[in-house]
Amino acid sequence: MVWSWIPQNWTSIWQYTLDNLLLGLLPPIIGLIVSVPVGIACVLWGWLYPPVLSLSSAIYALPSLALFVVLIDYTGLGNLTVIIPLTLFSLCILIPAVVDGLRSVPESVRQAATAMGFTPVRRLVQVELPLAVPVIIAGLRIAVVSSISLASVGQLIGVPSLGYFLIDGFQRDFPTEIYLGIALIIALALICDVILVSVRRLLTPWLRGRQVSAGPIRVLPITAGRM
Amino acid sequence: MGFLNFAWDWLKSPAQWHGPDGIPVRVLQHLGYTALSVLIAAAIALPVGLLIGHYGRGGFTAVNIANIWRAIPTLGLLILLVVLIGFSAFTWLIPLVALGIPPILVNTYEGVSGVDPDLKDAARGMGMTQWQVLWKVELPLAVPLILLGLQVTAIFVVATATIAAYIGLGGLGRYIIDGLASNNYGEVAGGAAVIVVLALAVQVLFVGLRRLVVPAGLRQQARASK
Amino acid sequence: MFASSPTLKRGAALGLAVTASLALAACGSSSPSGKSSNPLGGGSASKTVVIGSANFPENELLAEIYSLALSAKGVKVTDKFNIGSREVYYPEIKKGAVTIIPEYNGALLTTSVDTTSTAASTQAVDAALTSGLPSTLEILTPSSAQDKDSVTVTQAFATAHHLTSIAQLGPLAKTMVFGGPSEFQTRTDGLIGLKNNYGLTFKKFDALDESGPITLAALTDGKVQAADVFTTTPQIITDHLVALADPKNNFAAQNVLPLVYKPAMTSTITSTLNAISAKLTTAGLLAMDKAVILDHANYSTVAQGWLKAEGLPN
Repeated sequence: MVWSWIPQNWTSIWQYTLDNLLLGLLPPIIGLIVSVPVGIACVLWGWLYPPVLSLSSAIYALPSLALFVVLIDYTGLGNLTVIIPLTLFSLCILIPAVVDGLRSVPESVRQAATAMGFTPVRRLVQVELPLAVPVIIAGLRIAVVSSISLASVGQLIGVPSLGYFLIDGFQRDFPTEIYLGIALIIALALICDVILVSVRRLLTPWLRGRQVSAGPIRVLPITAGRM
Repeated sequence: MGFLNFAWDWLKSPAQWHGPDGIPVRVLQHLGYTALSVLIAAAIALPVGLLIGHYGRGGFTAVNIANIWRAIPTLGLLILLVVLIGFSAFTWLIPLVALGIPPILVNTYEGVSGVDPDLKDAARGMGMTQWQVLWKVELPLAVPLILLGLQVTAIFVVATATIAAYIGLGGLGRYIIDGLASNNYGEVAGGAAVIVVLALAVQVLFVGLRRLVVPAGLRQQARASK
Repeated sequence: MFASSPTLKRGAALGLAVTASLALAACGSSSPSGKSSNPLGGGSASKTVVIGSANFPENELLAEIYSLALSAKGVKVTDKFNIGSREVYYPEIKKGAVTIIPEYNGALLTTSVDTTSTAASTQAVDAALTSGLPSTLEILTPSSAQDKDSVTVTQAFATAHHLTSIAQLGPLAKTMVFGGPSEFQTRTDGLIGLKNNYGLTFKKFDALDESGPITLAALTDGKVQAADVFTTTPQIITDHLVALADPKNNFAAQNVLPLVYKPAMTSTITSTLNAISAKLTTAGLLAMDKAVILDHANYSTVAQGWLKAEGLPN
């Protein structure tokens, strides 16, 4: 491990970290924006959900590298070629998270809201959605961590990320770069994870002081809905 | 879609189905890597998960393992192993097993520790020893989650073995890496198609396993609580 | 008990702020060195000069040299290194999404321009390229530095079988496994050329990488008995390998030269690049490769050092 290499290459290390951050954050955010209305639709019209879920499982099984390469023909060699598949993967995680979150709202709460005069749409947006936030954010955490990690595979088609250090270290037989790449990717992912936990605390003041468990690992990372 | 046509043309060609680079050989290679990795990962993770779940220790670690697991770049781990120990069976086995352990471990722990404490009390009240409580009460109730963990690991290993072609491994990932190098979209798309079919087949396999192994009563319960 | 709008408002504000800043970042950020990073998407020609490279260290080094020299001359430059193999980046430079890429004239000719060409000398290859390249592309003056494909074996193997030239492989080839980049199977100077020029049919072909760690390990571990190792690969020295002689010139000349997107060229760019090519020698390239690959020196440090030593802009 050549420690001196790190300060010598600080500029490119920082640049690739920013590149990776972009590729890791934009897809889950776009995924979130799309999955909230889609998830709401799946709850309002329950028959939509099973086919959506099956489609999600199928897409989630696709190898990321294959998707990247296939897209080169359509979107060229830029960030978009990596962002689109990662967004699809995020959708596969977040739509079930939104649906699970909304469904985890106790029936009693829904009925009380209706009794207080909430119309179905207002109830959904002002009562159920906020209560679904912990589950949705749990899904968002998984989407963000996965995207940050998967972005490194994009380097195989020249889309810059911290994966550059993995590949260059491999080609030059230079473990220092590889250790650095792996460490930074994990660190970046964990930092974002912690930030999201703080965001959840910010958005759900009524849960402060209570433990929120991540639950078991599922095929599609839907959370167990435990609060 | 253009690439579906590419994939179909490539898959149709009889040349793809024969020889050492043919689809049947690659599928078998891929399945071999997957089966071996899942077996070894399960052999390690199941006992550990059962123990820590039963004694209720290390729960905090289990949750953290799940978080860190998704953050680890699989490409990085594969490359690191090559640079450290060169090319051998262990080069791909170690990362695949290491990355296959967390889902089984976490889910086994969650499954066992999530068993209703009243049931455990009742069992002890009936005179069961610790071992008997584990084998006769906790394990059967934890089976759905354990199977789920095995399923996640299996699918994950299928996907990661694809990337391992970059460091020279055989299997279905070869079609993607080689196709990528020669801009042969047919090969990439066709290879990707076969991998998807394989991944879906693995999912179906586990759904079938669940029918076989999980008692009907538990399945009902799981469906109701979803 | 019921969450009021503040929760959603806070969430929306947070989300909007993060998304906006990310979207801005996506449109291109500048690194402190003054060179901007990847524009979103490929497609039509770029306003800035985009310097691409293939996905192996020597090519990234050459691209870095071009990039530093052009930046020093005031050209606005964007780096897009490690794109992939020629089969991946060639369509991109044809449409101008990439402006300049370091190339090897022989390989470019037989891979992307005229797969049937048998031109072997530098002049013949360049002439064939100039007449065969699409109208949007051109090659600039070639350097004397060459990084050729080869049929390389270990020193031990060469000694054991008394080999100095590819022509001597004849009957032995049937017992040998050959390793090389995947595209070696389809290139005219690859397996096809070896068969036509030397009558060689190998037992098996193993697709490895571009004369990189996988190929070198396969050769030294004995998984393959011969491999396509590029002739400026520094490990040839440290791993005790021998590139067999090629008397029939199966592997055409492989002079390093810039492949450029014509509509984006200016006289500053072409004169700078030609000045670089004039000073680049095989020995110089090999020395730089050794520094970058074996000594793990920085690409930009080595590039800048060479430019300075040769009196070029840096």
